Amino acid sequence: MTNKDLSPNKKLCIIIATFLVVYFIPFDHPRITGAIQEAFFMLADYAHEHVLLCVVPAMFIAGAIVVFLNQQAVMKYLGPKANKVVAYSVASVSGSILAVCSCTVLPIFKGIYKKGAGLGPAVSFLYSGPAINILAIILSYKVFGWRMGVTRMVVSILIAFLIGLIMQKIFKKEDEKRLADERLFKTPSADYVVRSLPQMIMFMVSMIGILVFLNWAPSDGVSLLWDGIFNFKYWISGSFALLLIYILIRWFSRSELGEWILATRDFALQILPLLFSGVLIAGFLLGRPGFEALIPSGWIETLVGGDSLFANFFAAISGTFMYFATLTEIPIVQGLLGAGMGEGPAVALLLAGPSLSLPSMLVIGNELGMKKTLVYVLLVVFFSTIAGFMYGLIL
Amino acid sequence: MIIKILGKGCPKCKALEEQATLAIAEIGIDASIEKVTDIDQIMDMGVMITPALVIDGEIKSVGKLLSKDRIIALLKT
Repeated sequence: MTNKDLSPNKKLCIIIATFLVVYFIPFDHPRITGAIQEAFFMLADYAHEHVLLCVVPAMFIAGAIVVFLNQQAVMKYLGPKANKVVAYSVASVSGSILAVCSCTVLPIFKGIYKKGAGLGPAVSFLYSGPAINILAIILSYKVFGWRMGVTRMVVSILIAFLIGLIMQKIFKKEDEKRLADERLFKTPSADYVVRSLPQMIMFMVSMIGILVFLNWAPSDGVSLLWDGIFNFKYWISGSFALLLIYILIRWFSRSELGEWILATRDFALQILPLLFSGVLIAGFLLGRPGFEALIPSGWIETLVGGDSLFANFFAAISGTFMYFATLTEIPIVQGLLGAGMGEGPAVALLLAGPSLSLPSMLVIGNELGMKKTLVYVLLVVFFSTIAGFMYGLIL
Repeated sequence: MIIKILGKGCPKCKALEEQATLAIAEIGIDASIEKVTDIDQIMDMGVMITPALVIDGEIKSVGKLLSKDRIIALLKT
């Protein structure tokens, strides 16, 4: 992408640097060979376990959200005259439909802050958006199991709500002078409604049904019903698939289906390379659960092992500064868990990680000013630490 | 007729511009396409979710990659 903008000298420097790195890496050292192997083992794991059954259907759902749901319709609850309680609630959960692409988060944040419901709801949205986007939630369930999956979703929404409220309380005075602009929150005239709400719900349910039952895991004898469902999972997903096919033929036109496929393809192009390189890096550094790669598990255990307050705090603060491209937080946390990180700190990292990074802090800082940004960052670290700690205590 | 494509230059915005160009070519009307990439300017026009399509000052679609046929339908109304 950016390669075209580089001058020939810079390119040469990069090549020399790469050469030096390759020259000095002791590739025959067992730790390095092991790490390289682990990277590909982990990638293979994802390819076998997660990509076909989980990521691919999830992309279709995300594509459908972008193409068929009217995202702008949500905005009217975030306008300058919106009811406050509703605004906070909608801002905390709407990330699941509005933030399917991370590039939309900042403009919407800015719009809500400057011209809509104000600082509080804007901050709620900013926090929860990346954490509860539909792909991240689905893959979290699949990789970490339902307990961490549910925790991640519910606690993100809760924290978003709280941080928004607190920010609004602290900076009440400065928030008075903003330009309300109703237009941003109206539904444009030409946005059409072809299908009724029940039709849309059936459409979404049939897709989610396929996804959920395809990924059904056996409980190994704990619950008969659970295992019974597992034995029939392909039949159940198959019936949902038939329902979906019926819906598509009945209620959708060809050109709409084309748009949907295109949107899904674009998601795949955008996200899969990131996810794959994230998995490779996580595998190289941390290895699959139960296997050691480049970083010795002992280090990770000392820093974030167990469920101590310090481990949670350390996980939260590193998550705050680290940059995770969309979805890459999942293989990385998985690797960390396998290398001895406690589940509590893992939750703390998942809560603090995707919402904040050093680059995003700078951008937010530009928008909000240093003081507000600092308070926001501190609140995120504080709540993530507490949530991780509680998770370790309770579950 | 002035068609504006609002968006910071994400892949979807470029795709929308392509579709709009195709739409104009197909029905052969006299229209120009302008791109608005400055985020503050986009907001001043009343749009938060990109890409958006504005025809003669009226916001027609927000956050969607419209197909050529849909743009043609919008141009004719």
